[in-house]
Amino acid sequence: MRIHIPTAIWIIWFATVSLATVLATLRGLMGPTNSDRLVALDNWTTITTGFWVILALFFFQFVLLSVAMVYAILSFLGGLVIARYLERGL
Amino acid sequence: MLDAFLGWLGVVFVFIGVFFLFLGALGIFRLPDLFNRLQAGTKATTLGVVATSIGVGLIVKGWILFAAALAVFLLMTNPISSHAIARASYRVGVKLYPGTDPDKCEERGWKFPEGGEEK
Repeated sequence: MRIHIPTAIWIIWFATVSLATVLATLRGLMGPTNSDRLVALDNWTTITTGFWVILALFFFQFVLLSVAMVYAILSFLGGLVIARYLERGL
Repeated sequence: MLDAFLGWLGVVFVFIGVFFLFLGALGIFRLPDLFNRLQAGTKATTLGVVATSIGVGLIVKGWILFAAALAVFLLMTNPISSHAIARASYRVGVKLYPGTDPDKCEERGWKFPEGGEEK
């Protein structure tokens, strides 16, 4: 790493991303229709991709960045498939 | 000197990204309607995750190429997924928020064959 990051900055990052994940999870649990749950799932996976990127910096492993890439690809394909299922059935 | 500058620039980028991820989740939680929620969530979280990955690529030497590739991939695929979700839920017949003034689809007389019932 180019610089040394203090502990307070790590705590602020992890707390903010965790709060965002909790908010998206609540919307997914109480959304009135199935489409609301799908929207919440899509944004939940996007937030979690950002969380993987921060974890790759925290553990200083390049592999976790590749994990974030694969996670993004799989969440994109899953969102498309579930949207198509809601539209006209599989 | 340059290393310290780029590193702290990356820290600022990650702060911006994390803040926008939180704003997107707040929009998902607070807004009244599916389409409002979809717009807020997709725009804000796309900016958030792109800024986060660019910041991480600036902090560590040699990660910028992969981080930029991840950012470009997310910029390409997130609007496609959002568009598919919006189209599917409009065709299924999710009710719009009453304050949404012009419903352009209804104005132009687009009829979707399987609309009507709420799933």
